[in-house]
Amino acid sequence: MAKITYKHPNGTVTILDVEAPNTVMRAAKLNNVDGIEAQCGGSAQCGTCHVYVDAESSVPLPEMDPVEDDVLYGTACERTEFSRLSCQLPVSEDLDGLLVHLPEAQS
Amino acid sequence: MASHSVVVVGAGQAGLETAAALRGRGYEGRIMLVGDEPSGPCDRPPLSKGYLAGTVPAADIALRPPSFYAAQDIELLSGDRVASVDRERRTVLLESGLRLPYGALVLATGSRPRTLPVPGASLTGVLTLRGLADAEDLRLRLSGPPRSVVVVGAGFIGLEVAATARGLGHDVTVVEAQPRALARALTPQMSARVVAEHRAQGVRVLLGREVSALYGDAEGRVQVMELGDGERIAADLVVVGVGVLPDTRLALTADLVVGDGIVVDERLRTEDPDIYAVGDCARFPSPHAGRHVRLESVQNATDQARCVAAAICGEPYAYTAVPWFWSEQYAMRLQMAGLTAVHDETVTVGDPDSGRFSVLCFRAGRLIGAESMNRPADHGIVRRLLTTGMHLAPDTAREPGFDLKKLPRTPAASPASPAMSVPA
Repeated sequence: MAKITYKHPNGTVTILDVEAPNTVMRAAKLNNVDGIEAQCGGSAQCGTCHVYVDAESSVPLPEMDPVEDDVLYGTACERTEFSRLSCQLPVSEDLDGLLVHLPEAQS
Repeated sequence: MASHSVVVVGAGQAGLETAAALRGRGYEGRIMLVGDEPSGPCDRPPLSKGYLAGTVPAADIALRPPSFYAAQDIELLSGDRVASVDRERRTVLLESGLRLPYGALVLATGSRPRTLPVPGASLTGVLTLRGLADAEDLRLRLSGPPRSVVVVGAGFIGLEVAATARGLGHDVTVVEAQPRALARALTPQMSARVVAEHRAQGVRVLLGREVSALYGDAEGRVQVMELGDGERIAADLVVVGVGVLPDTRLALTADLVVGDGIVVDERLRTEDPDIYAVGDCARFPSPHAGRHVRLESVQNATDQARCVAAAICGEPYAYTAVPWFWSEQYAMRLQMAGLTAVHDETVTVGDPDSGRFSVLCFRAGRLIGAESMNRPADHGIVRRLLTTGMHLAPDTAREPGFDLKKLPRTPAASPASPAMSVPA
């Protein structure tokens, strides 16, 4: 179980207790968190589950693979050093306390 | 009362996303989602790939867990069908006898596979692939020892099934009536590369060949396929992937305008302001095509669902989303952005022989889309260029060392939105 916080561009937050196995994307979809579209269902095709990991976060995340890196070139909102595809972030206890910021738009 | 309820007919991707997007926007009325499949809404792309191969378990096929519907207060009526629509009383009648009131009605009825119009098409072992039940049937038949599998139709579904069956060790033949694969969807260059990969994997791909008949054994199981030129092919299993037809039955009985699909305006509304159509069944004016089109894709289903949910919530906008599609076959990741059928110029970036390249498609000097193989950055960047209307000239793309990744993110001086008129 990990507590994941999604912060919307207008400042509101959604906090979810997420069980493994899951991804940060899938947990958002299951709970109808607006702002995560994930049109490709989590196969790193579309870039519509883009999130910004909070700059202050010390939660350890998996390394980015080359496909994720490539897909992030096409996101609707500016890519930054904090950009990740939430479908590529598997949830484990390690992610407890993760805060992600949702972009203004996904497509 | 009725104005505070939405009935969504069809519990595929478009139907489910409509219901979810309504709640996501804060819609507080009653939402009823009616689907004829016994299971809840499922993710269709894996049905021809991971689910068929057995690598994606059934539990991962559900688009949402059962708890989602209760949590979002969405009434999911599975295994039922809408028999008729009463537009005057604003109700729908289900085959189970239930009558549901609606303020807004969303037709997300999807499409069904075309069947093969040849003798023997109803033999056992001749299948089409659409829903979970079809996929389950096919998965079981492919899970045994190697067999002779013949796929009719070299479109995306046909080729995905062929790739999956080949990966499972079956002897696979693909028969396509057109002179090339994916003729409606891809440029000749990209379709040739895709076919080359299938052949390299050991699939026999027959192009420009038509099926004339199927013959079975004494028990009525398919055994042999006969082609128009007389060739006979052993076939233990025939998968027919020759396109789909929009399900317009309900719209027709409700006296709505139907062509190839349910005709809607730019807000996805039929001529009845309380009835919308979304997804595979909707024929809508596309600024990217310059005419009415019907698109079969997850992107179209989800983006149209969001558009209709916004309209029902009183915040309508025109549907202008950039169309995109994807397919996975073997290790090929194919991604298509825009509608590229009517192009007059192409520029290839990357190296086709390496299996990592993109074909950029232009019309009258404007970028209208791209097809990418194993170049996800190209695909995403082209989608963004089309969304923002940012200009890219073919001559720029042809320059040595051109790389889409090096383009600036923000549009330059004169962005232009896609026009509704298309040069003949």
